[in-house]
Amino acid sequence: MGSMTIGAKYKTTLKDPGTPGVLRMNDDRLTFTPNDPRSAMKLNVDFRSIKGHKFNKVDGNKPALLNLSKDSDKGGGYMFEFDNVGNRDLCRDFVARVLGKHQGVVPPRPTAAPENSVASAGLEQLSAAEVERRVKLLREDSELQKLHKKFVLGNILQESEFWATRKNLLDDQANKASKQRPGFKTAMSDVRPSADGRTNKVTFNLTTEMIHQIFAEKPAVRRAFLDFVPKKLTDKEFWTKYCRAEYLLRTKNTAAATAEAAEDEELAVFLKNDDILAKEAKLKIKQVDPTLDMEADAGDDYIHLPDHGILRDGSKETLDTDSELAKRTLSQDLNRHAAVVLEGIASDVELTDAKSVAEALARSKKEPPSTSVDDSSHERLVKVARMTEIEDLQAPRSVPYAPLCIKDPREYFDSQQANALRSLGGSNDGRKARSCSLSTEEAFHHLTDQISSIKVNKLNYPVIQSDMALKVLNELNEGISRSRRLNLKNPQEGLLGRVPQHTQDELMDHWTAIQELLRHFWSSYPITNAVLYNKVQRVKDAMTQIYQKLQAIKESAQPDVRHEISRLVKPMTQALDAAFSHDLEQQQKSAKAGNKPNGF
Amino acid sequence: MTSAHSKLYSDDVSLVVVVVDTNPFFWAAAALPFADFFANLVHFVNSLLLLNHLNRVVVIAAGVSSCAYIFDSNDASPSGGVGVMATFDKASRKVEEFIAQDARATAGNSSVASANAASLLSGALSLALCYIQRIFRSGTRHPQPRILCLQGSPDGPEQYVAVMNSIFSAQRSMVPIDSCIVGTQDSAFLQQASYITGGVYLKPQELNGLFQYLAAVFATDLHSRTFLRLPKTLGVDFRASCFCHKKTIDMGYVCSVCLSIFCKNQKKCSTCGSEFSRVMPDLNSMPDQSK
Repeated sequence: MGSMTIGAKYKTTLKDPGTPGVLRMNDDRLTFTPNDPRSAMKLNVDFRSIKGHKFNKVDGNKPALLNLSKDSDKGGGYMFEFDNVGNRDLCRDFVARVLGKHQGVVPPRPTAAPENSVASAGLEQLSAAEVERRVKLLREDSELQKLHKKFVLGNILQESEFWATRKNLLDDQANKASKQRPGFKTAMSDVRPSADGRTNKVTFNLTTEMIHQIFAEKPAVRRAFLDFVPKKLTDKEFWTKYCRAEYLLRTKNTAAATAEAAEDEELAVFLKNDDILAKEAKLKIKQVDPTLDMEADAGDDYIHLPDHGILRDGSKETLDTDSELAKRTLSQDLNRHAAVVLEGIASDVELTDAKSVAEALARSKKEPPSTSVDDSSHERLVKVARMTEIEDLQAPRSVPYAPLCIKDPREYFDSQQANALRSLGGSNDGRKARSCSLSTEEAFHHLTDQISSIKVNKLNYPVIQSDMALKVLNELNEGISRSRRLNLKNPQEGLLGRVPQHTQDELMDHWTAIQELLRHFWSSYPITNAVLYNKVQRVKDAMTQIYQKLQAIKESAQPDVRHEISRLVKPMTQALDAAFSHDLEQQQKSAKAGNKPNGF
Repeated sequence: MTSAHSKLYSDDVSLVVVVVDTNPFFWAAAALPFADFFANLVHFVNSLLLLNHLNRVVVIAAGVSSCAYIFDSNDASPSGGVGVMATFDKASRKVEEFIAQDARATAGNSSVASANAASLLSGALSLALCYIQRIFRSGTRHPQPRILCLQGSPDGPEQYVAVMNSIFSAQRSMVPIDSCIVGTQDSAFLQQASYITGGVYLKPQELNGLFQYLAAVFATDLHSRTFLRLPKTLGVDFRASCFCHKKTIDMGYVCSVCLSIFCKNQKKCSTCGSEFSRVMPDLNSMPDQSK
């Protein structure tokens, strides 16, 4: 498993500024050497005394911490601070593996290879339950464990790759547990002022994550940010204005809000109703069943009446339609959040700065093509017609499908027949069909003649000559004993049974390994990025090793079972050969076309 | 009590449906004249009837344009007595009628004009299965049914789906399909039929001794078969052929809609026309990422 050396600060408590130094870890021990040789903060700890590890969620400017606890109950331990999250995570993974080894459980090895981390980071955030499920599966299935040990710990496959092909196993397990994953957080309530009570200052805390949420749920803010930020306002000014507007809305200080909006046009943007959302809503309303009169129905609920409403933030929320300023009700907020969740958020957006987040979101939200008025009204008419029709009287609307038409079955089955004939070794000796060039009438005439001759001659006795009967019986006998000799019933079983037990086990192991590797190999094609390329290289190396092992088994076999073993090994080597030749072909192809010396 | 009774009956009472190929093009060129074949068949049918007085035999003729029942032991001898001559007279008269009718039907059917037209195996199998179903439903006691196909002419690929459907319905109703090839070519259809339904497939070498083959291999009832060592098929090729080049392949591409098999990646399924829209990225246009 190797060792790891990394710069870190050792902290005795959370408040402690920390002693800078170097953290070294290997399979058994971790040592910490302070940069200042005079410092007494030297550490030399056996990993066996470490019982667990914790790490904090890095958010904003908080340092990346890793806490190695000596005893999970008592809480004593060693705390290290790292320069960045990446270093911390590397350490964490290393510690997790070492601890796993010491505790007899192999926790999944998070994708640690640096060249892969770009692609795999963020794809899989393993929850503890997930890890537990995997460990449990491994414990229950020894064959799976063997494969896992061989490939994942042998660095041939990555943890995520290994499990990707076994999703169904995990899902079966997961069915018992709740399947719900934490969704996208809402911006509805997170931006919340905190007053310190003494002064009139109100503080808002905004994190990048929250900004992401705000952008996702309030497209007008996003647009405003893109419009204003570097040119008219700084980042800070923008958010100050936003928070101010939020505060005004929240306190329901309508008069103040109106006054502020009149003075400050940028602030007014936040106070107005979100026109992008309004446009989207209008589009959506158009798609609603046209027989439904939403405006008429709006009168049926009580929310707009005084003293009716939803309790929110300690006060009744009522609909006040007078003001042109934004009045977002709870249900509107909820709906908006639900819409964002359903649309899904591009997970590849890195939460770095507000600008890039806003741009990425704007990119992903492309305006739908505006349909012309004629078009939309026509569409509406069609919809009305469809809704008002009496279903019983309509012909079933045809569902679009690809018609299945077998063009010419003869083309296919002619060849099938030829194959079947070939497989039987062409036992059509001596009875070649005479070329038949008779017309239909002639053929039928011939047949009728035959029947007339039967009627005239009646049946001949005996129906069969005894020597002929003997011949037939001999032939049948021979055929039956031949098929018995070949043991046609289950030749595979016989083959494997003739091989000694340990070779049998070895061969079966290789088979499962080859199957696993081949599955990964073929699923990696076409190679579209460096991750897949690396994976194929790793898998290929492993396959080469198995290939050599198979050859060794074949050569070292006892002469009496050598034939059986080579017959058993043959399909394995064939499958591997197919993979190798495909790889070679691909390399040649790309080398030819791209003229890239490294073959990719 | 009834069920126990019926069990006793069905153990060694057989209902044999014999499908006879009456393809005129085949018999015009066959090594074994139809007259001799017919004589062998009549003796075999009589043997079956003599094995057990409750045995029933039905003969169905499969022509190139039509199929028909040409013999049913039930209406031939309601009293139970079996006479070779009675069987012979009745069967030969019916065959003659059938062939005349088939000739008329063929004359009016331009699609069967070519000399290599296939017999209607699918139709004959369907008739056989229908007959068996009728027997199944006609009372509590029924004999054990099986089908014997005496085929000479080559398979008709255009009947593939119909034949396969018949085979599977035979399998479902547990009716074995035995096959005896009296022609020159092995039949892929009947090989599969016998394999799937657990019947016997046989291609005799000495056609002059046909009766011996029939009596030795196909005459015993299903119960007795379990004690006998019957000829085994030398192997059924289960590998599929690709639809594009008709090659037998080990590994290939399968259409997700109609399950057609191809040896190479296709943009569009040539059988059902489904388009495979998955974009296969061109490797050569990819930026060099291996650094």
